[in-house]
Amino acid sequence: MFFDDPVLMSRLLTSLTLVFHIIFATVGVGIPVMISIAELIGIKKKDQHLQLLARRWTRGMTVTIAVGVVTGTAIGLQLSLLWPNFMQIAGNVIALPLFMEVFAFFFEAIFLGIYLYTWDRFKKPIYHWLLSIPIILGSTMSAFFITTVNGFMNTPQGFELDGDTVSAISPLAAMFNPATPTKVFHVVSSAYLTSAAILATISAVMILKKKGSAYHKKALKLTVTATFIFALLTAVAGDLSAKFLAEYQPEKLAAGEWHFETEEGADLVLFGYLDENNEPQAALKLPGALSFLAHGDFNAEVEGLNETPVDEQPPLWIHYMFDLMVSIGFYLLGISALFLLFWKVKKWNEENRWLLWGIAVSGPLAMLAIEFGWIFAEEGRQPWILRGFMTVSEAATTSDHVGLMFILFIGLYTILGSGCITVLRKMFKNHPAEAEFENRYPDEAAALKEGDQ
Amino acid sequence: MGYEYIGITVLWFFLYGYLIVASVDFGAGFYAYYAKVTKKDHIMNQLISRYLSPVWEVTNVFFVFFFVGIVGFFPDSAYYYGQALLIPGSIAIVLLAIRGSFYAFENYGSKDNHLYMFLYGATGLLIPASLSTTLTISEGGFIEESANGVRLLYGELFTSPYSWSVVVLAIVSVLYISSMFLTYYASKANDQPALEQVRKYALFWSSPTIIASLTTFIALSQHNPEHYQKAIDLWWVFGLSVAFFIIAVLLIYVKRFYGWAFVAVMLQFFFAFFGYGASHLPYILQPYITLTSGATNETMGITLIIAFIGGLCLLIPSLYLLMRLFLFDADYVKGNK
Repeated sequence: MFFDDPVLMSRLLTSLTLVFHIIFATVGVGIPVMISIAELIGIKKKDQHLQLLARRWTRGMTVTIAVGVVTGTAIGLQLSLLWPNFMQIAGNVIALPLFMEVFAFFFEAIFLGIYLYTWDRFKKPIYHWLLSIPIILGSTMSAFFITTVNGFMNTPQGFELDGDTVSAISPLAAMFNPATPTKVFHVVSSAYLTSAAILATISAVMILKKKGSAYHKKALKLTVTATFIFALLTAVAGDLSAKFLAEYQPEKLAAGEWHFETEEGADLVLFGYLDENNEPQAALKLPGALSFLAHGDFNAEVEGLNETPVDEQPPLWIHYMFDLMVSIGFYLLGISALFLLFWKVKKWNEENRWLLWGIAVSGPLAMLAIEFGWIFAEEGRQPWILRGFMTVSEAATTSDHVGLMFILFIGLYTILGSGCITVLRKMFKNHPAEAEFENRYPDEAAALKEGDQ
Repeated sequence: MGYEYIGITVLWFFLYGYLIVASVDFGAGFYAYYAKVTKKDHIMNQLISRYLSPVWEVTNVFFVFFFVGIVGFFPDSAYYYGQALLIPGSIAIVLLAIRGSFYAFENYGSKDNHLYMFLYGATGLLIPASLSTTLTISEGGFIEESANGVRLLYGELFTSPYSWSVVVLAIVSVLYISSMFLTYYASKANDQPALEQVRKYALFWSSPTIIASLTTFIALSQHNPEHYQKAIDLWWVFGLSVAFFIIAVLLIYVKRFYGWAFVAVMLQFFFAFFGYGASHLPYILQPYITLTSGATNETMGITLIIAFIGGLCLLIPSLYLLMRLFLFDADYVKGNK
């Protein structure tokens, strides 16, 4: 039975942990940036609403960071527990970025503790804001280091392998492998984008529920502007990633695009399904667009999947993951641009219900796009764990009971997930921003009320 | 001295660091829950949460640092420990995850949730017990390698007097180290009622700690005579450890120099821990991994050491800042900030 197969169960358990961890890792990288921006603008403009925004986001973030830390510890240990053969070989080459990731994490942990407990300890608020910089550095650097490890698994280099013996090691070459630049760019920009979109969702929902005060309106403008900027960056990163794939991992791009024959002027296939002859049906085809995506030229030649041996081809269903990720990316860019347009044109109302609904769904969609993108990236290099060197089935543990551990971890993530939601709801539902604002800044709150009348 | 010696020494320092900070943390969690059950929480919890809140994440990093480092310096350990420890390792992950996240849930979210406090307190004792399994199996005799891979012999593990004495030692040391630290912290905060309370705990847990240390030694002589002999050769290191133990307990007993008492506790464990580590060499995992056979290649070893020095240049000032702001800032400790 598949439940007793350590290879399959190791894959499932690793996926389970990563799918869960990525939610918290993504917001852990992006939300500190948003907090820092809100606090800085708040201090510069002497706007207490924005400073309160930074405080409230920080409070929520502590809970998600806690879950991110513990699930990150889990994946760190599971690497050795579930993939001992892989770690024995690859550990020789990628120990450096793993090690440095922990340093970055250490740095972030220290300053996060300080940031959280020093809101009112400095005479000048800008000193407190300065503490957010090492947090951003730490979280973004740990994303950088860990992404280089994933890049290495996609385009391994910097070593020679003879049986079980690794030699001619160059730690820096392994770290700065061809996949690193585009992967890091894409991971970091999409983490910023997703965090901005999630915070925009919260603001939009609050306004839709008619609890929208000046606080929420300012939050909405800030977060949607950030969403727009980060969506633009992510689109550029995505385009560069596709060009990278065309050059270094053509089989991943070909499987993702259902592109079988090598040809010039290749079409981009959107959605649809495959018939028994592996012909895309009911799909939208953009002539020459795949060539353009891959090489920046509508007539360029794109390598097809048939060039890859059958037993080294990734599964074809990753096509849907690719399409969903890209569609959501364009949706986020479009909806945030629309909001900015409505805001700038004086006659139009940017708090139009339809527009708010469009923004309200953008956070969850962005998180789904992160998951789809990672599933595409990871399934797209099957059957390899180290592309060209080691397959997934050679790397897995031979221990029994991986199936049991899978059930144990489903239980754990259920508890962590529901605990996180319960606590976050309690934190914000029972303590609305308006009440906290009056409490913390009674003079400003009174002045604002005067102004309204 | 080869890079592998530098590597293991650095890692051993981090494990020692984890032993101290995690013991304070784990024990404090247990005492916080115990205080709640015995309705003494109004005396102690303010003190405990003021210390723990800013540092819980840092504690966790010490641990991550150690296991990432050992896999980096000694990739073979990923293979042997990874295969053997699937179940105990997964259980430790689950306990750590519950503890870490529920600490945040309780502290930043819903205060005074009884279930959260219980989970937090109970895991504080179970985690040291589960992590100490790793040290136990490193002595050899609990792992079997065959053509089908590496297996942990659960029967041997659960019936061994040595493994149980390590578990007991781990738990009582946690309670001892933690109460010693809290005594110092309470005296710094000038919090007399809390000081009275934790001072009693410190004195109470000192005798089980020294008894468990001796029992573990005796059990080791039965389980691994070779290691025991090497430990005896280093008798003066363990002698120093006992001397610092006596100093620590005496200082607490006469109610003076609480800060020095905690320093003595740290030295007590420093000597015991390094004596244990030194006598364990050359084995990382007996008999499969030795210091030289299991070490990573030289390029990576040296790169890791360089990265390590660079990292420390960043970490030490930051840790200093953290301690200045929270641990050694009298106003903060007293609750005025």
